[in-house]
Amino acid sequence: MKPEKILPIHEPAQLELEDVSVYYGNHIALDGMTLKIPHGTCLAVVGPNGAGKSTLFKALVGLIPLNRGRVFIHGLPLGHHQDCVAFVPQREDVDWKFPVTVRDVVMMGRYPHIGWIKKPGSHDTDVVEHAMQQLGIANLANRSIQELSGGQQQRVFLARAVAQEPHVLLLDEPFTGVDVTTQEATMQLLEEMHRNDITVMVSTHDLNMASQRFEKVLMLNRRLIAYGTPEEVFTPEMVRSAFGERVMMLNGAMIIDECCPPGGSEEEHFHA
Amino acid sequence: MLDWLITPFSYAFMQRAFLASVMVGILCAIVGCYVVLRSMAFLGDALAHAVLPGIAIAYLVGGNLTVGALITAIIVSLGIGFISKQGNIREDTAIGILFTAALSLGIVLISSIRSYAVDLSHILFGDVLGVSTEDLVLTASIAIIVLVLVLVLYRRFLVVLFDPILAVTQRLRVGLLNTVLLVLLAVTIVISLQTVGVALVAAMLVTPPATAYLLTRRLPAMMLLSAGFGAFSSLVGLYASFYANVASGAAIVLTATIVFTLVYLFSPKKGILTSLFQRWASRQPEKSK
Repeated sequence: MKPEKILPIHEPAQLELEDVSVYYGNHIALDGMTLKIPHGTCLAVVGPNGAGKSTLFKALVGLIPLNRGRVFIHGLPLGHHQDCVAFVPQREDVDWKFPVTVRDVVMMGRYPHIGWIKKPGSHDTDVVEHAMQQLGIANLANRSIQELSGGQQQRVFLARAVAQEPHVLLLDEPFTGVDVTTQEATMQLLEEMHRNDITVMVSTHDLNMASQRFEKVLMLNRRLIAYGTPEEVFTPEMVRSAFGERVMMLNGAMIIDECCPPGGSEEEHFHA
Repeated sequence: MLDWLITPFSYAFMQRAFLASVMVGILCAIVGCYVVLRSMAFLGDALAHAVLPGIAIAYLVGGNLTVGALITAIIVSLGIGFISKQGNIREDTAIGILFTAALSLGIVLISSIRSYAVDLSHILFGDVLGVSTEDLVLTASIAIIVLVLVLVLYRRFLVVLFDPILAVTQRLRVGLLNTVLLVLLAVTIVISLQTVGVALVAAMLVTPPATAYLLTRRLPAMMLLSAGFGAFSSLVGLYASFYANVASGAAIVLTATIVFTLVYLFSPKKGILTSLFQRWASRQPEKSK
């Protein structure tokens, strides 16, 4: 359980994917993704439902084994960096009835730094307090997580990700189903991360947000469709090849028709 | 009054019974917090029943019954972990299959030993009054080992149970930790059998932690309070058993259930009657207008 190699925060992470492929049984979730994401990129990941956005993130943190290909962070294969990747999954993945307070959850992000038995040092408590302030949940620190709204829960997870002091931050649909305060707090967080040269990847349904507020966009539909600046990626051909006929352009805004998403997930349909 | 409290202690077997049941009450209550939080109540019950063939075999070969139970419990818990890891069969189904199979095997074995039938009710419902000094030493040493492990692995279990995804990104060995938790549970169950028996051990694992859960919002507090409820139920249950001459294991479990019911109704935060009362109270000013 020893941290094998913790690189200093000032060394931003480069993320490389080499022919990354993931199958669920016979179903191909990701096929031959090859991609190099330079230091400190702030990247939106877009694609239709079932395009493999969550799968990509889970593969990047080692939650799902790769059937083919490799992932390198800082030029080293995945697994060498205990704490340099922070992942904020969709909120359903967690038991919100668990008896822990907001501060407890944020402190969990520090455990690999503290060790698994020692008491948190003053630096750890400072990092946790600062992370909670940054996300506007410092006043909720002693609340039980059961008492939080969906947006507040999301901010607890974001604060924990900040407390991890990651080099790479992955956020899965952070803008879905949360209030405006949380969306704004998330946006501010992304900007601060960007200033600190942290590589950020955010999956989103909101194509207009992706095109207006991110410097790079990764479009996928089980394979890499396009990667580049929003202008390079959001061309009618690219969008059609990822989303098929479900996309409409209205007065320069993109609208995706996802009233009936495959699999019947509870994702709401999107207006741009 | 004091006399009334002290009288049971004038018997050596009662002293041992008190020690054993309080230790078991505390141990079950602490390990049980994980059982409640991970919804493993069914698994706990299943493991308790699954030790029956181990006890029967140990009896047949003339070995130590507790050791026999321990070996079976660990085999069954590892078997459940193995089957559900394959992914073809859900965990509760795997538990259902293995637990009933082991239980049946145990009954077949026991029914083949005629003379053994007398002791079957001791296995099912416990025999805390028959605890020997060696049993007590074994219980104490195993309890200490389990509690030290729970303490040392506290943060790891916390992360694995609360957020398995974080656990993986922190490179925790989730599979191994789950197995360790299963084995700790198996061991806890086995050393509790003499006190409350196969049929009732699940209550000791679930009821005190569930009571504590209603009153606390942090896991350490839940564990401490749960341990308190466990010890309290054991004490009160044993007194009841001594004075009313009823089965001790059942009396302990019923005490725990009464405590749970009171808290369930009147807990300041989550109590059913409390929230009804608050709703009623909040309506009053409107009426007066």
